[in-house]
Amino acid sequence: MNFFFDVGRYFTMLKRVFARPERHRMYLRQLFHEIDTLGVNSVGIVIVISVFIGGIMTIQFAYSMANPLYPSELIGLGTRDTLILEFSSTMLALIMAGKIGSNITSEIGTMRVTEQIDSLEIMGVNSASYLILPKLLAVVFIFPFLYILSVFFGILGGLVTGPLVGVITIPEYIEGIQWLFIPYYVTFSIIKMFFFGFLVASVPAYFGYYVKGGALEVGKASTKAVVNTNILILLFDLILTRLLLT
Amino acid sequence: MITVKEIRKTFEENEVLKGISAEFGNGKTNLIIGRSGSGKTVLLKSILGLFDVDSGEVWYNERNFTEMREKERKKLRQEIGMVFQGGALFDSISVAENVQFPLDMFTKMSAAEKNKRVAFCLDHVNIAQQAFHLNPSEISGGMQKRVAIARAIALNPKYLFCDEPNSGLDPETATVIDKLIQSLTKEFGMTTIINTHDMNSVIEIGESILFISEGKKEWVGTKNEILNSNNKKLNDFIFANKLYAQMRKGS
Repeated sequence: MNFFFDVGRYFTMLKRVFARPERHRMYLRQLFHEIDTLGVNSVGIVIVISVFIGGIMTIQFAYSMANPLYPSELIGLGTRDTLILEFSSTMLALIMAGKIGSNITSEIGTMRVTEQIDSLEIMGVNSASYLILPKLLAVVFIFPFLYILSVFFGILGGLVTGPLVGVITIPEYIEGIQWLFIPYYVTFSIIKMFFFGFLVASVPAYFGYYVKGGALEVGKASTKAVVNTNILILLFDLILTRLLLT
Repeated sequence: MITVKEIRKTFEENEVLKGISAEFGNGKTNLIIGRSGSGKTVLLKSILGLFDVDSGEVWYNERNFTEMREKERKKLRQEIGMVFQGGALFDSISVAENVQFPLDMFTKMSAAEKNKRVAFCLDHVNIAQQAFHLNPSEISGGMQKRVAIARAIALNPKYLFCDEPNSGLDPETATVIDKLIQSLTKEFGMTTIINTHDMNSVIEIGESILFISEGKKEWVGTKNEILNSNNKKLNDFIFANKLYAQMRKGS
């Protein structure tokens, strides 16, 4: 029963989120603020994770393809396709659900328990829309850029690490990352990122917006938000892969 | 004037408000008093529409708030100022930006006009200009309450609600806050409703007092009448503090 109650309340909240803003200029200002807070501030962690994962994947591909029958270019190809199809979209979204999602839940949840949301409502402001819509748009807007950044730095990580540890030469790696490239894979992953961005912003916002109690409950809500967002990301990954790729 | 008629509110099995009717006069500091858990905050939030009542009506002058649509309620709420127990200031923006927020959201004032209004409101609650650009976390609890009052009066409201405005403050600062609310009520001719269990506030500014107990209206009167009331529940509440029992004997 709780599941259906939560689903119903989530969609009711979304209806309020997409209501007409009271003052467009205020919402726009919030949007730029959120792009900076949630998006630009995530660039550093995305680069670091992508470089390391790119490097690790190159070494692992080299290890599992240590057979003279396999062309060494497969190492670059494998790294590229794994980054483009799964890591830089799904895995990145899972990581961002932890970083951005918990941030959104704790911020909105703290506003709820300190009566700041009630304060907005009494002023006549649609608090759901004012607090959640700019975050939602910011995350949906920034996610495709983070994806592209992650693919680029992941491939760069492989390019640096592979030759450095001696599993592949630079020309072989570069040849490999150009092999059998299918541009649709990128389109597919960017479509996924729009869905994941929506989930990463809206699900944690839901858990924060309806939190009851004090600081302890805000912490619990953050954990619940991240777990539920991760499950939904994986579910949507499965559905979208089935619909768009096979 | 705000009028509530026979309002009832139940949470699951627990009936918190059991048919309360009351009138809160214009230009007065109207106090709702009662023990913790007596239903004061639920009554206040029901009047504000933060809780939907099960039955009964809330009237703002000639307007029936309970029957209004959400759009009409939002419009009416621009005539309401609210001071929350903890201040409820937006902690990501400065003191001045907090007061400016309702002006940004609901008026078409120029930047200069807004600055002037912000300075006027903060000056009225005795906030020094040096504090304008501090964040709420950088100022004291008493100052936070005063900033919350300044934000509440920014749009020149007709109705002011205060939920335990001096809780957590020392007696001197609490008296300052009480007198500030009373003087602003007179100056701007607002209908002010204060929710409190602080007897000092009652004696200081209680022009009209509603005492509720277990979700029911028990007594209505003024600060001059309260010490000589014959209502047992009210007397138990007031004279739990021996100071007031002595005051009664003295009077």
